[in-house]
Amino acid sequence: MHRSALLEVLGLTAAVAGVEILKGIELTIRAGEVHAIMGPNGSGKSTFAKVLAGHPAYEVTGGDVLFDGKNLLQMAPEERARAGFFLAFQYPVEMPGVTNSSFLRLAYNTVQGARGRDELDPLEFDDYVQDKLKLLQIDPAFLERSVNEGFSGGEKKRHEVLQLELLKPKLAILDEADSGLDIDALRIVANGVSELRAPDNAVVLVTHYQRLLNYITPDYVHVMDQGRIIKTGGSQLALELESRGYDWVADEYRARQAA
Amino acid sequence: MDAVAEHYLEGLLQRQGRAPASSPPWLSELRARALECANALRVPTARDEDWRFTDPSPLYKAALEAPEHAAQVDAAALEAWWIPEAGSRLVFVDGAFAPDLSLVRPESGVVVASMGRALKEHSDRVEGALGRIVSGSDEAFSAVNTAWLRDGAVVLVSREREAREAIHLLFLGASPRAAAYPRTLVVAERGSRCTVVEDFISLHGEMGLTNAVSEIHVGENASVRHVRLQREGTAAFHLGTCGVRVAREGRYSSVSVALGARLSRYNLQVLQAGEGTEFEIDGLALISGRQLADTHSFVDHALPHGRSRQLHKCVVGDAAHAVFNGKILVRPGAQRTDSAQESRNLLLTQRAQVDTKPQLEIFADDVKCGHGATVGQLDAEQIFYLRSRGLSDSSARDLLTFAFAAQVVERIALPSVVRRLEDAIVRHTRKEGRS
Repeated sequence: MHRSALLEVLGLTAAVAGVEILKGIELTIRAGEVHAIMGPNGSGKSTFAKVLAGHPAYEVTGGDVLFDGKNLLQMAPEERARAGFFLAFQYPVEMPGVTNSSFLRLAYNTVQGARGRDELDPLEFDDYVQDKLKLLQIDPAFLERSVNEGFSGGEKKRHEVLQLELLKPKLAILDEADSGLDIDALRIVANGVSELRAPDNAVVLVTHYQRLLNYITPDYVHVMDQGRIIKTGGSQLALELESRGYDWVADEYRARQAA
Repeated sequence: MDAVAEHYLEGLLQRQGRAPASSPPWLSELRARALECANALRVPTARDEDWRFTDPSPLYKAALEAPEHAAQVDAAALEAWWIPEAGSRLVFVDGAFAPDLSLVRPESGVVVASMGRALKEHSDRVEGALGRIVSGSDEAFSAVNTAWLRDGAVVLVSREREAREAIHLLFLGASPRAAAYPRTLVVAERGSRCTVVEDFISLHGEMGLTNAVSEIHVGENASVRHVRLQREGTAAFHLGTCGVRVAREGRYSSVSVALGARLSRYNLQVLQAGEGTEFEIDGLALISGRQLADTHSFVDHALPHGRSRQLHKCVVGDAAHAVFNGKILVRPGAQRTDSAQESRNLLLTQRAQVDTKPQLEIFADDVKCGHGATVGQLDAEQIFYLRSRGLSDSSARDLLTFAFAAQVVERIALPSVVRRLEDAIVRHTRKEGRS
């Protein structure tokens, strides 16, 4: 069965401070799929993720993005989140004084409310969140800490995945979810993401390395370079990139362009 | 302007307030000396370095006087201001003690009394402490307060005793255009503990003046927690001075919050009078409209092994203006001083203004002193992070503003006060969000 597209990116271009970073991205993601976007540092992977989330520092200069049939680029960041778009940040910002418990509950209830579902009071929410903490092996004391403040790299990543579990998006993009993780933390994060997988949602893993893909097998692997997707393949492509690097893909692309 | 200022002081001094009902000779002398000092001093103007951001001239033109008769205040009108955790409370209406509104829960070794009563029953102990830290010899407003000294609150905690519940001192402005000169004296003897809440409110939105002076003696190994809440009406003038002297191994912690007044100035001086003292000094100014809130603090590390930690935050909306001047002096010989000061300021609008000046003066070589000051707006990355999780722009801003201010408020160990202040912060941020 040919499922309908959850995300359609058509010729997306974007700039930051007047410099064009994304130079025409084409990408289609269907429900139930896992995609990996790989590429060397500076290829525009993170920019692409942030543009989709609506980061105000990036200016969309052209193209279209349809999310669940709606014009994503017209939506405010919070509307994207409520509609089921989620970005797990590579470097989540610290928020001293904002406790995790109140932040998570506020985010959860806002998103639930917007989706016409029941909100939870603090006690109910606490029960709900405890199960998720167990899954991700997060110490419950962490709820009383300030958001991301003083978290280790691994804690920050797990906290992003915790929010993913709570907000249950239709499309989750994880930006370098594996960077800075030891093998145990990597397994925990991968389990958390696998837990979320369902026929009606999709996951995009933005990553420099192949190692996370040992735990979550992607249906498609895309290679990004200089603001474009220059090659798409199956999960085997990730292994090939791991052994051969990225240069050959760029060479191939240039040869194709020249032809 | 100077003429107006001079006229203000002369006018005040010609009408020195009545003495307390039973004024011992030493107190008459203290008042007389302060009057002399006030005569020799002059009130500040914006030309004085210490007042350059805080022009007090509107006060001089306002002609506010201490009322002849105390206003009648219904206890029911004050219920919202009671602090359930407090065992005893003393209420002052326009500076005058109101016994009917006050409530003292007797506790062995603890005296909570009006100045009048304390002078009658504990004259020696009051004499040994009153005017010993803040005499008014060097600053006109304290001199006027001392010259006008008539009523106030006295808390005496005997050696090794503990006032188990907080003591609430509520100073309320009840009559429009009234001037009040309240005085607070706290003496915590060796090894004792107490928590004192000074709370300044107004029952009207009109002009008024509070010129308050507090003195806090922290004995050897004693511990005083001091909460100061200035939540007067936004047309009020508020001048406060607090002098604290801390003996060996004594601990003083204070949280002062300024929410009210059109113009407020708080001078806090904490003096180290023995080795190994510990100070925690936190402040929050949360202002909007055309309010001005000025805090000047002076921490005097005079002896070795003193520790001090200070966090002062300002949240400034509309066209309001916050001023912070935090001086830390480490005198020669005050070795092993460990001092940290932070001034953090959040501007909510383009017109909001903050002037912050940390001043470290260090004359000892084996010390650890740090300070930092930041002035900024809400962080765009933080706002984006919250919005990317579904929060609206305005609730993201509310949450971050709340978190910024609540960090200071949460250091108050009285849950009902924390809740009340958190509500005030929420109201404040909502109001800013709309403007």
